[in-house]
Amino acid sequence: MAIPQQKPLAAKTKDQRRKRRRVWKDKHFRWVPDGQGGWRVESYIHRHRHKPKRGHDRGPGPKPARQALPGAAAAPGAPVAPPAPTTPPPPPPVPDVRPPEAYQGTFGPAQAVRLLQRAGFGPKPGQAEQVASLGLMGAVQSLTRPSGPATLSGPAPRDGDGLPLAPGDAWGHDHLWWLDRMVRSNQPLVERMALVFHDWFATSNANVSKAQQMIDQSNLFRNRCFGSFLDLFEAVTIDPGMLQWLNGHENRKWAPNENYAREMMELFSLGADRGAYSEDDIREAARALTGWRSDWSSQLGSHNFRFEPKWHDTGTKTIFGKAGNWGWEDACRLCVEHPLHPSFFVEKLWSYFVPTAPAPALRDQLIQTYVSSGWQIRPVLESILLSPDFHEGPPMVKPPVVHLAGMLRAIGRPIDTEAWVWLCDQAGQQLFWPPNVSGWDDSRWLDTSRLRARWHLVTYVLEEISVDAWNEPYKTDETPEEALARALASWGSPALSEEHRAELLDFARRSQNLIIANWQKGPYRAMRQNALLQLIGISPDTLLQ
Amino acid sequence: MSPGNRHHSCCDGYTRSQLLRSAAAEAGKGLPAIEPGMPEPAGTGLSRRKFLSRSAGMALAIYGASKIPLSAFETGIAQAAQGDKILVSVFFDGGIDSLNVLAPVNDSRYQQLRPNLALPPGVGTAFSEDPSLQWHPAAAALATLHSEGKVSVFPAIGYDDPDQSHFTSRHYYEIGELAVGHRTGWLGRYLDAVGDSENPLQGLSLDGSLSPMIATAEKPVAAIDNVDGYDLWARVGDPIESEMFRSFARFGSLPADSPALGHVRRATSQTDKLRQDLAGVGEFSSPVEYPDTWFSHKLAGLAAYINFGLPIRVVTIRAPGGYDTHADQAGDLEENLRETCEGILAFQRDLEQRGLADRVMVEMWSEFGRRPEENGSLGTDHGAAGCAFVIGSKAKGEMVGEFPGLTSLDSDDNLMATSDFRGMYCSLLEQWLEFDAEAIIPGATGFARPTLVKP
Repeated sequence: MAIPQQKPLAAKTKDQRRKRRRVWKDKHFRWVPDGQGGWRVESYIHRHRHKPKRGHDRGPGPKPARQALPGAAAAPGAPVAPPAPTTPPPPPPVPDVRPPEAYQGTFGPAQAVRLLQRAGFGPKPGQAEQVASLGLMGAVQSLTRPSGPATLSGPAPRDGDGLPLAPGDAWGHDHLWWLDRMVRSNQPLVERMALVFHDWFATSNANVSKAQQMIDQSNLFRNRCFGSFLDLFEAVTIDPGMLQWLNGHENRKWAPNENYAREMMELFSLGADRGAYSEDDIREAARALTGWRSDWSSQLGSHNFRFEPKWHDTGTKTIFGKAGNWGWEDACRLCVEHPLHPSFFVEKLWSYFVPTAPAPALRDQLIQTYVSSGWQIRPVLESILLSPDFHEGPPMVKPPVVHLAGMLRAIGRPIDTEAWVWLCDQAGQQLFWPPNVSGWDDSRWLDTSRLRARWHLVTYVLEEISVDAWNEPYKTDETPEEALARALASWGSPALSEEHRAELLDFARRSQNLIIANWQKGPYRAMRQNALLQLIGISPDTLLQ
Repeated sequence: MSPGNRHHSCCDGYTRSQLLRSAAAEAGKGLPAIEPGMPEPAGTGLSRRKFLSRSAGMALAIYGASKIPLSAFETGIAQAAQGDKILVSVFFDGGIDSLNVLAPVNDSRYQQLRPNLALPPGVGTAFSEDPSLQWHPAAAALATLHSEGKVSVFPAIGYDDPDQSHFTSRHYYEIGELAVGHRTGWLGRYLDAVGDSENPLQGLSLDGSLSPMIATAEKPVAAIDNVDGYDLWARVGDPIESEMFRSFARFGSLPADSPALGHVRRATSQTDKLRQDLAGVGEFSSPVEYPDTWFSHKLAGLAAYINFGLPIRVVTIRAPGGYDTHADQAGDLEENLRETCEGILAFQRDLEQRGLADRVMVEMWSEFGRRPEENGSLGTDHGAAGCAFVIGSKAKGEMVGEFPGLTSLDSDDNLMATSDFRGMYCSLLEQWLEFDAEAIIPGATGFARPTLVKP
């Protein structure tokens, strides 16, 4: 079965196809750090994939706030200072003075690529060099301490018919809406952390009335992803999506529903099989959580979420050996105050960024950072992103949306098709539809079914930069080396490992050896180019982060 | 002469699909004969020929026209031709409410504990082996098979000190042991022991992802969500395409210096092998009518695959829907249970028609049952003992362990187990797959083996 093509190539005339691939070069301006805490304007050529409107925004935007000068930054040996949770601090200090427990090696473009891939969705062309120039500390803090609201640059997302998205209404547009933020936001770590918490507190549209409630929940993650974990935990506990997903709004004093109480301990804060809680703790916590309710109508689904004191069990509950007239906030707090919570938190957060377990000493240090900061997420996150394990350790498999968003960023393609919804679903990750409340299983991203879907993601990503081998003229004397260089340039010049580069070059040579007749010279080279593009997109180098 | 024919002199670069295409291009010359001495495929050779010729035209060219050594695929067919037994595992994801599938309608406590969710007496077929129990009407298809002596029922299966976490309990069932954090499934270890190092079809998940149950340490296994075909599509044609796949395969075979890279390489290599193995598999038809559901369609495809002789040993598939029914249980359970049972009945009838029913056994399981007392949301919370079924023409058809009743429950007010899932696994391994359970299930000596297979 050939996979269905959204737009059959054959249905398009040569002229239509060529027109679509035109690029409009345009001079743009942006602010860049001047190295002395200030900013200067720099011009660059922006390659529009769609004809820009006359007089569209060409200015660099408002000048960013002045950067803190060197010296105020962390002295050697001092831990990364926990920022105030309420107001985001200004842009980062630039000097690359690292704490002793941090990675001390080179921080060049290769290291910046890994940082951008794991703490974001991969670099846009040229971005790795720019981030490397900030130094490790500056680079990490530019991600963990964004200022102000995120800006989205580039063409707005469209559906397959060229219409704006309707994320709250049209099926799959919620997925596209978030994917677009992954591709375009200038605060990639906020999006990546929202994805982390979407997995951590995995809630699915499957049991939530409205897609907008899921989108609201993801905004909750965006707004609170660097602050206090207790604040986040409390907000999630009474989030309308979560109240529906784990039946919190059907949990009444006359008939407690244990669903949320169990998962809040097992999956969200303490972990299974660690002896942290008993079945009785779950039942008592379920009583503490009673009282939330909603209304239901066929039009709105569950709505009007509120606390109904009459539904709340006001009796004494004993949770983790502590007795009191506990309510839902107490249930959250008791979990976070539990002696086994900090280790659960730091290990779980760590596992999203580093595939190997932290050494005991480092783990203890992270726990110390977490507890002494009052359960703040950012200081732990910064320590993880600075750690030697992060920079020197083995790679991880990219989740499907990270793979896709990275490819779109690399080739500069905006969201313009609904194909990403079903392709990501086949690859195992449709946003807002995690498989169950434990989220996606990071150890099982690839098998024969899912890798096939990844292959087709690549095929679709290349929709517009592939060549029509039989209808378009192609350079008839392109050498294997030139072919590989062209394919790499189309992908934004990613670094390939030597063995894969050698294999691709060998492929390019083998393909050239197949050309015997004159008529084959162009078309076979065009197919070779398409195959190189395909192979780079599905290569281990692209699949790993 | 098509450009692809240049490859015929060179074996290692070409794929089944190319052979098919180039053979098709030469069809005017007539079909080549099957080489003498080729192993007969499983089922009947004729049906395989029909299968292939209907779906992929000239597929028989593979055997006749070329002198390639037996590829992994053909080796696999040779294995399957010995009539290997096949085990199909069906998973009720979320913890199915066994007290509704087989409802203790004549237990006086039942109506008390389930004022809203109790199945009323008389709406379903009585369970002949225990008059206190009654089949849910949506499980009528299962009741039918049971009346034919083809279903062994475990009315209260579980393990000591039950864990009420979905993930922990499911993990126990998947690995066949009460331990956490293991990387291989119990059927994966079986495949590691008996499987072929070149045949990913031996362990097949008919889902979007691989079931941890068949996770192996070494041997390849596969997941296919769509039984209608498996190909990798790119804007590349012959002859460049075969070189592209050669490089793709190379990505899968180079050495790996990290677990993640190893994972990518393994998946790449298995994907490429499966692409070659299934290149000729396309449309299929079934001798019986299946319900019009995706689950049934996958089972219909599976029956066709088995009939075709694909080298399959172990299959996993998730039952449609979710069974974690904390709220509004009645409607969801009924719909999903009906879809599952009717699909299984059609699958059994299909196998019977094709004469394959003696080779296939179906096992249906869930990570736990649900709490006997319903909650306030017209649903049920996590329980302990649940139900399991072993289905097939060769199934013994006798209940394993009695229904314990609702009068005495465990310390968490849950149903007590009267059989252990590891005992079921040991019996399936020893009696059905004919393999030593000691090598697969830790502590196997300690579990009673119910008789699950007819002599």
